[in-house]
Amino acid sequence: MVVKKDKTELGDRLVHELQEFREVIIAKYPKKVAKKRAKSIVVNNPDNPPEIQANVRTIPGIITQRGCTYAGCKGVVLGPTRDIVNITHGPIGCGFYSWLTRRNQTLPIDENDSNFITYCFSTDMQDSNIVFGGEEKLKQAIREAYELFRPHTIAIFSTCPVGLIGDDVHRVAKHMMEEIGGGINIFGFSCEGYRGVSQSAGHHIANNGLFKNLIGRDDSVNGSLEYRVNLLGEYNIGGDAFELERIFEKCGINLIATFSGNSTIKKFENAHTADLNMVMCHRSINYVAEMMETAFGIPWIKVQPIGARSTIKMLRRVAQYFGSKKLIDRVEKIITEEMIEVDKACKDARKFTVGKLAMLFVGGSRAHHYQDLFEELGMVTIAAGYEFGHRDDYEGRRVIPNIKIDADSRNIEEIVVTKDSTRYKPRKTEKELNELKVNGLELGEYDGMMKQMGKGTLVIDDLSHYEMDKLIEKYHPDVFCAGIKEKFCVQKMGIPLKQLHNYDSGGPYAGFKGAINFYQDIAMLVNTSIWKELKAPWEGDAFIEATFVC
Amino acid sequence: MLLRHTTEKEIDRKALTINPVKTCQPIGAMYAALGVHRCLPHSHGSQGCCSYHRSMLTRHFKEPILSSTSSFSEGASVFGGSSNLISAIDTIFTVYDPDVIAVHTTCLSETIGDDMAQIISKAKEEEKIPKNKTVIYCNTPSYIGTHITGYSNQLSAFVNFFSISTPKKRNVVNLVAGWMEPSDMREIKRISRIMEARTILFPDMSDVLDTPLNGKFEMYPSGGATIQEITAIGDSKFTIGLGAYSTENACVKLENKCKVRFEIVEIPIGLKATDRFVISLSRHANVPIPDILTEERGRLVDLIADNSKYFYKKRVALFGDPDTLIPLIEFLLTLDMKPVYVVTGTAGNHFNRSMQELLSEKVSEAKYKSGECADMFQLHQWIKQKSVDLLIGNTYGKYIARDENIPFVRFGFPVTDRPGNNYFPHVGYVGASNLVIKILEKILDHKDRTCHESKVEFQM
Repeated sequence: MVVKKDKTELGDRLVHELQEFREVIIAKYPKKVAKKRAKSIVVNNPDNPPEIQANVRTIPGIITQRGCTYAGCKGVVLGPTRDIVNITHGPIGCGFYSWLTRRNQTLPIDENDSNFITYCFSTDMQDSNIVFGGEEKLKQAIREAYELFRPHTIAIFSTCPVGLIGDDVHRVAKHMMEEIGGGINIFGFSCEGYRGVSQSAGHHIANNGLFKNLIGRDDSVNGSLEYRVNLLGEYNIGGDAFELERIFEKCGINLIATFSGNSTIKKFENAHTADLNMVMCHRSINYVAEMMETAFGIPWIKVQPIGARSTIKMLRRVAQYFGSKKLIDRVEKIITEEMIEVDKACKDARKFTVGKLAMLFVGGSRAHHYQDLFEELGMVTIAAGYEFGHRDDYEGRRVIPNIKIDADSRNIEEIVVTKDSTRYKPRKTEKELNELKVNGLELGEYDGMMKQMGKGTLVIDDLSHYEMDKLIEKYHPDVFCAGIKEKFCVQKMGIPLKQLHNYDSGGPYAGFKGAINFYQDIAMLVNTSIWKELKAPWEGDAFIEATFVC
Repeated sequence: MLLRHTTEKEIDRKALTINPVKTCQPIGAMYAALGVHRCLPHSHGSQGCCSYHRSMLTRHFKEPILSSTSSFSEGASVFGGSSNLISAIDTIFTVYDPDVIAVHTTCLSETIGDDMAQIISKAKEEEKIPKNKTVIYCNTPSYIGTHITGYSNQLSAFVNFFSISTPKKRNVVNLVAGWMEPSDMREIKRISRIMEARTILFPDMSDVLDTPLNGKFEMYPSGGATIQEITAIGDSKFTIGLGAYSTENACVKLENKCKVRFEIVEIPIGLKATDRFVISLSRHANVPIPDILTEERGRLVDLIADNSKYFYKKRVALFGDPDTLIPLIEFLLTLDMKPVYVVTGTAGNHFNRSMQELLSEKVSEAKYKSGECADMFQLHQWIKQKSVDLLIGNTYGKYIARDENIPFVRFGFPVTDRPGNNYFPHVGYVGASNLVIKILEKILDHKDRTCHESKVEFQM
């Protein structure tokens, strides 16, 4: 494993170089652009994380990784739930591109269980709908969806023109709920693509919708009364949720709801009967955690079960939270059991990976979480950044009070949540909470990415194509992690790219078995023979000399 | 079951599209612009559009897809996207140095009514467009037409902005490429070359979206029709448009602007469409058809004759884009297959007329539908009512194929789960042979895997 000392030494070596590199890349931009980008490219200091500019508008024309608000709302947060009919209200494209493109797997319990994930529903707005309004078409689409599928829940997702022409999807939802009746739940999201600076705004809007329309609708308490938890910000890419479900079940931890990998609406509706929320992707779901704490008194902890050690840490923290000897013992027993295979796989992979360089530019938590796995592989992350993170995801939640709320963030609805008059129930007494804190269990805290990264490493928010190109040209990392848009640009340069949005059709990477998969996949990536064959034999100097001598 | 909620019971749908066989205009514009050398497509809208299009094109081509966006925020949506685009133009030329920025609009910028000509001339006034560089635009509102319309609009825009008629006419035939694969374009060029016809292919994605891996990333690869070529097509003696939906507008525009007469033929998929293309090129370029092509044709005929019993009367369901569906269906008829169900999200009389002509006599039970609500859900319902022996379409077809246990040939856009689009053309006689082999393999593999053990045979 990479020890802290290694990172510091590497940091000392690189700090000067990376600082210089930073200045060179910034110099290329037009003056105004350079000024803006300079604030989003910082040299890290884990002991005292520097301020980074994040969650601000992307500079037009810069070639960004980012997507839109609709993608964050419909694609990311609501997409993985199988028994809801998600209707995209807009021209055909938005629904089409968010159809089966995120690899969230789902496992219906039997043949009768609903699963709409393989379907794309759209109102396919035409110019006449833009001119005369699309509400009637939307109503008719809902009628048809109901007639064909009889779903218990329908959601409507607004695309750019919807907000501009003034279609009120919330009014339509209410109207159709009354028209259809029978307890059907229909709600809308004002998640037009332009609403925020990235997908992040869509996450927030989705969180608000989950809380307003689903969480708390069903008070029935299902399953064991012990160790009741929710997992938030897990989307079951490549089967991650299945592996985590396996681990929790083995440990006797009762998973009430996952937001939203392998999820159903019913589970969201009684998620408030859990006693602890575990937040995995802080960026996309911390709002739900906060709202559930305020309304129902459920505390939350940050977990990152990506990497075997981090998974262990998560399990121990959950056991510590519940404070039961039975659970603590069981968790330890399972850790010991699981780690036999993990250690073996890690040892095998490390033959190929130790000392190699990684760079991660992806998402709003993955660029942090996956550093754990690279550490386990003995690899060093010298540059990283998020696509749509906020300052707290970099510098830790302690900076939240200092984050300036700009016009773009103010556009997003902040819903006022108060204590639920009947159902608020503190899960721990003040004394218990203090004890947990003294013993190192921070509730409602997240330290961010920078604390974990070495001194002198580069942290870049909303990396541009140009910056990526230059980073690779100069540092030739052994593995670059990003998404599909970056994949083949990077690979043309002879550097393997690991997609951390869709895992290159691999996974799961979460939990213990996931760690094993990741070790093997990274070992494969750095060990794949074809990367040594990029030049034809006759393109090398040696060949020319040899030919000449002959 | 993957599509467990689909049943054979149809209702009269008017508003809800389920599993579309189309997407929106801008992605077509982006794809078309990639076929022009040193051109950067630019999406004038919110940044999700650009991200979605780049992702989908990348999944299909497994190649870098570069494009920029105006990154609209709420402010831009209220006050207009002028300053976003002007600042984008400045950033793009400074950092990425293309020769042309091909701006296409989106439903967002169209709904708010951004005047593209005015914004671009303002950028010029503010000296954001360097000398010898050009910014062009096309209007591609997502709520009109489909990705095919966007492709067509982008081609028209290139003609509109660049093509010029000078007194010096050239003995060249323009080939305007409809939406096809880079491998298809490479094959079209090969056919032209062996016919010794002087041609300009536009757009041309070969050597752009099928580049070698050699350790060097080229933002602007060697391929693509050059601006000089697109300028010069105005002096050519004739234009052949391949595919009515994707090329006719550009051909008309060129005729109006530069008086270059044109003919539209189908994309040369299959025996007869290739015959027509070769004859057209021979006639208009005034070159003979060489023996080498006749031999290629003969090999294709031989292959079909040898295997005709596997095709005869097999029922086929297809979904995709009209410019490829029309010749493909004609080819299936050449094989004596029965295209019984056809859907395309792209509307237009030409498709309906072609289906009528091709199918009314030979396949009287055929059902076809185009435009709104002509989607895969409809196609699947027909299949549920009476099944087929083969399904042809893009990757989204795999869900139907698995549920219904039907052999499935991937064809069209997007194909995201199998490689090969870049390698094996579907056009020309060689492409038709590839297609025949692909279809045969799927049908015979299916038979080998599902028939009774006693029926498994060493030879077929």
